[in-house]
Amino acid sequence: MTIMKKLLTSAIASTLMVAGAQAEISNNTVKIGYLADMSGTYRDLAGPNGLAALEMAVADFGGKVKGAKIEVVSSDDRNSPDVSSSTVRRWVENEDVDMVAGLVASSVSIAVSDILEEKGKLGIVSGSAASSITNEHCTPNHIHYVYDTYPLANGTASAIVKEGGKSWFILTADYAFGHSLEADVTKVVEENGGKVVQTLRHPFPTPDFSSFILQAQGSGADVVALANAGADTTNAINTAGEFGLTQSGQTLAALLLFLTDVHALGVDAAQGIQLTTGWYWDMNDETRAWSDRFLEKTGVRPTMVHAGIYSSTIQYLKAIEATDSDEAQTVRKQMMDTPINDMFATNGRIREDGRMVHDMYLAQVKTPAESKDEWDLYKIVRTIPAEEAFRPLSESKCPLVTGN
Amino acid sequence: MSEPISHADIQKTMLQQQKAEQRKKQLLNLVLLVLLLAAPAVLYPVFLMKILCFALFAVAFNLLLGFTGLLSFGHAAFLASGAYTTGYLLSTYPGLSTEMGILAGTAAATVLGFCFAVVAIRRQGIYFAMITLALAQLVFFFFVQSEFTGGEDGLHGVPRGYLFGFIDLSNNLAMYYFVLAVFLGGYLLVQRIVGSPFGQVLKAIKQNEARTVSLGYNVNLYKLLAFVMSAGLAGLAGSVKTVVFQLASLGDAQWHTSGEVILMTLLGGTGTLLGPVIGAAFVVNLEYQLSQGPLGDWVDAILGAIFILTVIAFRSGIVGEVQKFMRKNLG
Amino acid sequence: MSEILGVPVTVLSGQLLLGVINGAFYALLSLGLAVIFGLLKIINFAHGAMYMLGAMATVVLFDNLGVNYWVALFVAPIMVGALGVLIEYFLLRRIGGQDHIYSLLLTFGVALMIQGILTNIYGVSGLRYSMPDVFKGGMNLGFMFLPYYRAWVIVMALLVCFGTWFMIEKTKLGSYLRAGTEDAQLMQGFGINVPLLISLTYGFGVMLAAFAGVLAAPIYSVTPVMGSHILIVVFAVVVIGGMGSISGAIITGILMGIIEGLTKTFYPQASSAVIFLVMVIVLLIRPSGLFGKEA
Repeated sequence: MTIMKKLLTSAIASTLMVAGAQAEISNNTVKIGYLADMSGTYRDLAGPNGLAALEMAVADFGGKVKGAKIEVVSSDDRNSPDVSSSTVRRWVENEDVDMVAGLVASSVSIAVSDILEEKGKLGIVSGSAASSITNEHCTPNHIHYVYDTYPLANGTASAIVKEGGKSWFILTADYAFGHSLEADVTKVVEENGGKVVQTLRHPFPTPDFSSFILQAQGSGADVVALANAGADTTNAINTAGEFGLTQSGQTLAALLLFLTDVHALGVDAAQGIQLTTGWYWDMNDETRAWSDRFLEKTGVRPTMVHAGIYSSTIQYLKAIEATDSDEAQTVRKQMMDTPINDMFATNGRIREDGRMVHDMYLAQVKTPAESKDEWDLYKIVRTIPAEEAFRPLSESKCPLVTGN
Repeated sequence: MSEPISHADIQKTMLQQQKAEQRKKQLLNLVLLVLLLAAPAVLYPVFLMKILCFALFAVAFNLLLGFTGLLSFGHAAFLASGAYTTGYLLSTYPGLSTEMGILAGTAAATVLGFCFAVVAIRRQGIYFAMITLALAQLVFFFFVQSEFTGGEDGLHGVPRGYLFGFIDLSNNLAMYYFVLAVFLGGYLLVQRIVGSPFGQVLKAIKQNEARTVSLGYNVNLYKLLAFVMSAGLAGLAGSVKTVVFQLASLGDAQWHTSGEVILMTLLGGTGTLLGPVIGAAFVVNLEYQLSQGPLGDWVDAILGAIFILTVIAFRSGIVGEVQKFMRKNLG
Repeated sequence: MSEILGVPVTVLSGQLLLGVINGAFYALLSLGLAVIFGLLKIINFAHGAMYMLGAMATVVLFDNLGVNYWVALFVAPIMVGALGVLIEYFLLRRIGGQDHIYSLLLTFGVALMIQGILTNIYGVSGLRYSMPDVFKGGMNLGFMFLPYYRAWVIVMALLVCFGTWFMIEKTKLGSYLRAGTEDAQLMQGFGINVPLLISLTYGFGVMLAAFAGVLAAPIYSVTPVMGSHILIVVFAVVVIGGMGSISGAIITGILMGIIEGLTKTFYPQASSAVIFLVMVIVLLIRPSGLFGKEA
């Protein structure tokens, strides 16, 4: 009832706005707000370097679109929906920000997209994992660009079950993201004929994983899957190595692992781990060329989130150029109508629920012998086609898709 | 030989001085009130509301630290319980008017405050700080595990609704004046409490608890009442904050929030009425400015430095130092 | 196989041993806190940051200067201890006569600052530190696989804990220390440099934290925020043991490690909250902690 009402009003409002604001860039400025964790747990996967990627995109676009200046402001979200929603409110109500980019912690993305819907602005989520962002929390005002928990579970888990890892032990971070990843993995494992023998939820964050790893060993499962993120995952992998988990014949599967995490772990500790990623810097000449520029600017190789921020910003600016408008619905529609082909994605497509679907990749961490330098970390094992990777619209709970 | 000064004379001049000081204070309060009323014309109202919410939180906290001498390291629990209760009620029962939601939030925090107080009030100094911290951590755990809080995602899209059923609070200005009224109500209440005989006993406890006991006061009862009032007001701040931002999240319940309110109070000046307000405005503004600028990643380092500087160089806080300065130079 | 509450005894004994190992860390950390509080009446909220600095120093010394683990085991704590002396001399000394609470606030600020600066330099993903080769592998105890390094941790931690307790409670140096901090004027009269003694005591306390940090470097992920997570847990341990009681801190540390370990088996979600529950209960029954002296 209420959702329908909300959608209706926003649809009416947006048609009115489209009619009124046709072919016009407000204030003759396109203002992008970059909101991300700049100082906390998720700093490295997006953070200040994500801002660098955004600025690269603006510079590559020439700093102007259709004669209108492109401005970038940024703010630290402190991983808090509270701080973020007050920042974004201020941006859209008081500072004429047209689009919010970055968006890492899922709780932040959900809070921000609520406000953007209310205010009729656009958000492009690049860092968050929760698939609920384009499922039950979908709005007509945001796009989820890089990855989500669905392909993470789908890519890694189905590959491992097919290789013979039939019984699973899932170690889950005890909060929303972990639960959703756990549910997605369980479903994939069971669909492929495997079985989840035990799930165990650990507090977030946990400094010492030895007790949980011991329980995983005791469970006798073929596969020990980590449904957590960041320092929790790297800690768990280190401890698993120390306690000889893989030597005793169990497979370790990390469901969400960023390049920066693997870099922190090192190939010694991480070798052989399979993971799903939306992008890798060393895939082809185009990705390498861009990554070299990024490395020069920041001193590190880009994660998939960094690349996604760059790509989505370029796509956004192109859509403004094509429609001569920075009104959220006009731009979003244009972005939906344009296939994405750049260094980030081939034949990427933005669906009506806001999910950008593109090929995902099953990767494996190289062995120390294979790895040539500190950032030479993955080999791509398999390309997971876009249709297979993401949650199909037929299973969607998004009101924009189901219509109620 | 000069004439001997009579006792009555001294009393008279003292009274006059007191009256003059009171008049000065009233004037100052009037100026501040006018500034607050006019502020949204210049500054962004939501930002002002955030300051007012934290100011109320800090004023509530100061009732304990500044006027009773109890350092609670668990006030985040009250802010959060107010926020979650109000958020949950307003989003679950759309018919509920906003002020009822806020009252319920305040009540929840008050009850929680009573539970804390019963456990903690007999402990002193560092033990008091630590037991409130432990209790707040348990409350945090409860919020993480409960369904109704939305876990890590928090409660979103809490409707601002209508005040008394007819004032539309989705208008930022209407919301601002409502928050201002709540803040002033809380502030004046604390002023009244502090100035009352009850407040005098609290101050006596702060200065010398043993003597207050020997004067025949039931010290624990006084402390308990102060604690419960402080918790209730902190809950009120949380409830209003939820309505303003339409959101309640775990951040409110984390122990860093308890640390932040200490910083605000200390920086502004403990034991002064206005201090926590100034401190809250300062910290909220500082965090905002830092998060915008190129120094964004230095927030923690800079807050830490301010902490150190405050404790070492001006322990009586901004307002305390200004008062000292005025007394010294302006007679 | 015999079971207790649905958990096999072998698994349970493994969990108990791991609990003791974690408890050894807690003991080492809370020992430093107890020394600092017991002798100086300083509530050291920078203790977690000092633990983190110990671990960070180990990694950074190795990466930049090739300093190996054995050298770091001595050098890193001494460096951090020296920093502690500076902090005492330049900052804590200035609030000497004030309420304890101010030392809490001051050191909280120090911790925030150190953590903020290091986050900017090193990020938060964690630094890599490989274990010395001697410790690679482990032994099979029948009920669990015990990595050699964890065994080393427990031996070292207990040795240092015992040594510290012995030094403070049983030697002449310790008695000077206790006397000097209790009656500074008297000791000054005997020709002992009390301010120096205080600086050194604070330095020694944080040295213990840094030592725990070095021990942690090869097994935990080394990040600028590792200290803030463990800080309030360790504080809870000290409060449960009785603020300032040295043997209390050691015994409670190990006890809490075990309780936490058991919680991880039976109700893992609560493992980070259980210590606070214990703390509330203990303080209700024994207001000054399990081993506290005064009421």
